[in-house]
Amino acid sequence: MKRLMNQKPSKSTALFLGLLPFFVLFFVYIFASEARLAENPNDKLLPSMTTFTQAIDRMALTPSKRSGEILFIKDTASSLQRLGTGVLISATLALLMAIPLGLIPYMRSGLSPFVAAFSMVPPMAILPILFIVFGMGEMAKVALIVIGVTPLMVRDLQQRVSEIPAEQLIKAQTLGGSTWTIVVRVILPQMLPRLLDSTRLTLGTAWIFLISAEAIAATEGLGYRIFLVRRYLSMDVILPYVAWITFLAFLFDYLMRRFTYKVFPWYTAGKDNR
Amino acid sequence: MSLITVKNLYKEYDDNVVLENLSLSINEGEFCTLVGPSGCGKSTFLKMILGQESPSRGLFLFDGKPFPTEPSIERGIVFQRYSVFEHLNVLENVMLGIELGESKFFGKLFGAKRKKAENSAMEMLDAVGLKSSAYKYPSELSGGMQQRLSIAQSLVKKPKVLLLDEPFGALDPGISADMHTLLLELWKKNNVTVIMVTHDLHEGFYLGTRLLVFDKVRHDPQAPDAYGARITYDIPVGETSSTVYRKIDKSIKEE
Repeated sequence: MKRLMNQKPSKSTALFLGLLPFFVLFFVYIFASEARLAENPNDKLLPSMTTFTQAIDRMALTPSKRSGEILFIKDTASSLQRLGTGVLISATLALLMAIPLGLIPYMRSGLSPFVAAFSMVPPMAILPILFIVFGMGEMAKVALIVIGVTPLMVRDLQQRVSEIPAEQLIKAQTLGGSTWTIVVRVILPQMLPRLLDSTRLTLGTAWIFLISAEAIAATEGLGYRIFLVRRYLSMDVILPYVAWITFLAFLFDYLMRRFTYKVFPWYTAGKDNR
Repeated sequence: MSLITVKNLYKEYDDNVVLENLSLSINEGEFCTLVGPSGCGKSTFLKMILGQESPSRGLFLFDGKPFPTEPSIERGIVFQRYSVFEHLNVLENVMLGIELGESKFFGKLFGAKRKKAENSAMEMLDAVGLKSSAYKYPSELSGGMQQRLSIAQSLVKKPKVLLLDEPFGALDPGISADMHTLLLELWKKNNVTVIMVTHDLHEGFYLGTRLLVFDKVRHDPQAPDAYGARITYDIPVGETSSTVYRKIDKSIKEE
């Protein structure tokens, strides 16, 4: 018998083991839900599958009686729009700030302490300021994502810039590069896949800020809906919404990873996965 | 004519003297190898020629003028590692030098100019034996091929001096023998001055035209940093005997 640490599962066993926790959770839920409903048919904490189906039908398939829109689609669209705008602005800002910060000593001396201090400000604490300044509209919610996520990305990317081996930068200078052309031809192309990686990893944080902002002031959105129906203990709506948000987060992570591998084959050549 | 002139040159960091009272002159077309025990300042000397470091005192002239204090196209460099660009394929790596020189804003050429740059880069790749790998990324190349690429990158700029910092230190012995042949060939063909730092005395002894040995002459056991290294041997390659080889070998390994 080999040591446990040397035993590897076959492909099908690995798949089975990977799915197992999901099934376990599912069956534990069904079991618990039925036990509670048997005792009190009006229990709202763990709804049955039929209640879920009805809720999903109400939210995602039937147009709302009041506005004639399908709420689920409207919520998803406006949340994704906020998330996308916020993350896009953050990524652009990060790229524009991190390269000078990582490469130019004068920039680093001048701005690094400020960026470090600014990134310590808890974004949720300044959310009221954002609502005061930008009003209750879209701007405040996007601004919260930008303020929450940009410092993380700037610091991560600045680190990546300074990780470029000094040998490469000297070599580029001996090949006749100026500061600008070295940025354009050597640093920027190497930073793009790293920016995608950084964006992918901060997406989770961006979701937190999005849902928090929506919980406080919004008229539609995934976070808004969850916090709205909480008043009626509507677990039958909350749980599918949470599952949907989780699925979206997973999907974006997967798609961005695939995109990075596809567009920057050299970046992944050194890594042995996928 | 003397390409590099060094006279009474010192390099010190605070109390730590790295090089003391160095004087030599290197002519155009020479192939110098620098050997010495580790920490003797041979790499520091190379960095000063490159422009990455500047001397503390003394005369230091390049082509009759004071040395430029930052890297420039006259001095090409091949490091032991990391001197190729991982995001460009082999051909683009060699073209980069031409593109950076000709396109001051985009650093990139298009159309007919690009075609021309591609052709000269291909010629250079042919010379270093990488033509068949032109469209591979550096990560797909072996260590030896990456060093060939790095040499090709530098030579395409036609530098006056090609600096090599332990370029074959990380390669297998069999491969470095091939690289020696290639380097000698390129040196003769491209009419370039070569200065190479190595820790392998054998390499320094048989490759090139001139061997410079760096070593500390004076030692103070109480203050090991008080004295710097000097050039203890400056001998033309070819006129050397095995006795000298053993003597240098011993002095290097004493450290």
